[in-house]
Amino acid sequence: MGGVVLVFDVLLAAALIWLAWQATHTPGLFRAVISFIIFGLLMALAWVRLEAPDIALAEAAIGAGATGALLLSALGRLAVTDEAGTPWQERADLTFWIPAGLALLGLLTLAAWYLPSPGLGQEVQASLPDSGVQNPVTAVLLNFRAFDTLLEIGVLLLATIAIWSLGPMPMPGAQAIISPVLPALGRILFPMFALVSIYLLWRGSHAPGGAFSAGAVIGAGGILSILAGARPWLTGSAYGPWRVLLSLGLSAMLAVALGVIVLGQPFFAYPTHLAGTIVLLLELAAGLSIAMSLVALYLAGQPPTHWDGESLRQ
Amino acid sequence: MSLNHWLGAVLVISGLPFFFLGTLGLLRFPDVYTRLHALAKSDNVALGFVCLGLAVYSGSLITGLKLLLIWLLMLVASAAGASLIGRTALARGIKPWGV
Repeated sequence: MGGVVLVFDVLLAAALIWLAWQATHTPGLFRAVISFIIFGLLMALAWVRLEAPDIALAEAAIGAGATGALLLSALGRLAVTDEAGTPWQERADLTFWIPAGLALLGLLTLAAWYLPSPGLGQEVQASLPDSGVQNPVTAVLLNFRAFDTLLEIGVLLLATIAIWSLGPMPMPGAQAIISPVLPALGRILFPMFALVSIYLLWRGSHAPGGAFSAGAVIGAGGILSILAGARPWLTGSAYGPWRVLLSLGLSAMLAVALGVIVLGQPFFAYPTHLAGTIVLLLELAAGLSIAMSLVALYLAGQPPTHWDGESLRQ
Repeated sequence: MSLNHWLGAVLVISGLPFFFLGTLGLLRFPDVYTRLHALAKSDNVALGFVCLGLAVYSGSLITGLKLLLIWLLMLVASAAGASLIGRTALARGIKPWGV
């Protein structure tokens, strides 16, 4: 059995290197983007082989799914370019990039070599009963190092604000193909996206899952709905306060960080008996914000406050 | 190996020829429409066999229902994907082979 697994791992590693080469060097941007998406999916498989299912979930949802959708939508808005080579294919570049790549690989190997072993895993396991959850990754993300997560959520919100401030959302042109399939697919699948997302969020307290994967899944559902012609009603007063969801994660985390001081705790230190509830509520708030941010980033600009006509596609 | 393990293994292995033929069709057929025809049909049957085999192998109802859901989602995705690819190809004026 060990031999088969080794062959699988070697094939996986070779396929990753080949796809990375394809994504950067293939002539034609469409092929490059597809190679990048498949690279993300195989990378998720590699994380599973390295027994890091949390990172695998994030890589599949964000690396392959959300980034792939962003790249494809950017590609759709570009004018049709020549399918000839990219500047990367010039031979002169290789004399720089191959040594540079090898040097980076050497530095990373050196860094991995000097990683403290066995790391902080035992300390996390020892404090796990106080964290309110049974999954060590969630305990680190939303309790022990919740400050880092606060900043990550803040970066997502800042990115959304920056993109919206660049200008209004570019409207898609006339739909290339009129097909009832895409809207029907969006309608059938959205409840499934919601179900998977709630499941991942709930599961995060005792197994791989949590706010980031849940938010990415429901965000992907939102992107699919927009592709199918739904209107993003994120701005304007006529559609309700949905925009608040964008900053819900950050404001909830800040409220908790400061609120525990009132209870006599240090900054961001949850009382042990409330820790489970706090982590679950923060996951819910962060998951909603991540989902809305992914949809908002995909729009590539601020959506209009008023919509004329029935849907984007008409 | 109990009976459900044997039965499960046989079902999974029965699915493999369909995957193989679908891939062969993808590689050997002359244009996008015939390739879609080969892939969208045979892969669904193949995955159906594999999921059924794994469900029998696991011997658990919950796992079986999850595998059924995976198969149904793949059916929806492959039907929708094939339809969209076919329509796009037609809209771009790609003539079906032999027409």
